[in-house]
Amino acid sequence: MFISKLPALRTSRRGLLKGAALATVLGASANLLRSVAAFAADAAGWPAEAFKLKSQDDTLKALYGGKTAEASDKVKLDAPEIAENGAVVPISVSTTLPKVTAISVMVAENPNALAASYKIPEGTLPAVSNRLKMAKTSKVIAVVESDGKLYSASKEVKVTVGGCGG
Amino acid sequence: MASSIRVRAIAGADTTEVQALVQHPMDSGFVKNAKGELIPAHHIETVQFETGGKTVFTALWGPAVSKDPFVKFSFKGGKKGDDLKITWIDNKGATDTTTAKIM
Repeated sequence: MFISKLPALRTSRRGLLKGAALATVLGASANLLRSVAAFAADAAGWPAEAFKLKSQDDTLKALYGGKTAEASDKVKLDAPEIAENGAVVPISVSTTLPKVTAISVMVAENPNALAASYKIPEGTLPAVSNRLKMAKTSKVIAVVESDGKLYSASKEVKVTVGGCGG
Repeated sequence: MASSIRVRAIAGADTTEVQALVQHPMDSGFVKNAKGELIPAHHIETVQFETGGKTVFTALWGPAVSKDPFVKFSFKGGKKGDDLKITWIDNKGATDTTTAKIM
């Protein structure tokens, strides 16, 4: 691109060529800018807002539009009593509730409450296991969306070494 | 097979159990490096699992998911030899995809 531009600058009589080369350079940089912007965008369907919030209530609002979660013993949250390493805390959520469409896990004391959210289409079992980071000892809350309503379970997990560089 | 995704999908009597492990730093954006500078957030945002042209599971991950994330779930159906396609996208627009055979 730049090499082709140089001779055009030297031979000033070919002003037309110079203009064309410059236009190509400008066009290319505009394209570059556009692709950088595309790079910075969040993945489709990722609820960026919900992941930025500090409080659990606000997170639920952002995710499920103002519904409140009701504590239910039908939501089973499996988490250790004591996590020796806050960087890797195994957490499983399962439920016997019908028509489950989503399962979310929040860690109350993390900088942002929401850790992960899973979409459960019809035919997929309402059970998920994953590993999360915990900054310090905190309540872990599992929220299940079943038949349009929210149900939750929570458990206190003691963290002896934090997962945020501590 | 230099894929960042390792999957094991095992067909049972009427459900298929999927375990996936993705290699990714999952930087939270809250951790400082040795020089005291913040390491910018770099984490996977979505992971999609598809089989038979249907999405069976979608994970939406924040920075609080552990490094080299792991996830396990099961879906009804799926038989030995079926393809299971897994795709992830991170917050920098990077993406990887792999297709595994259900065992």
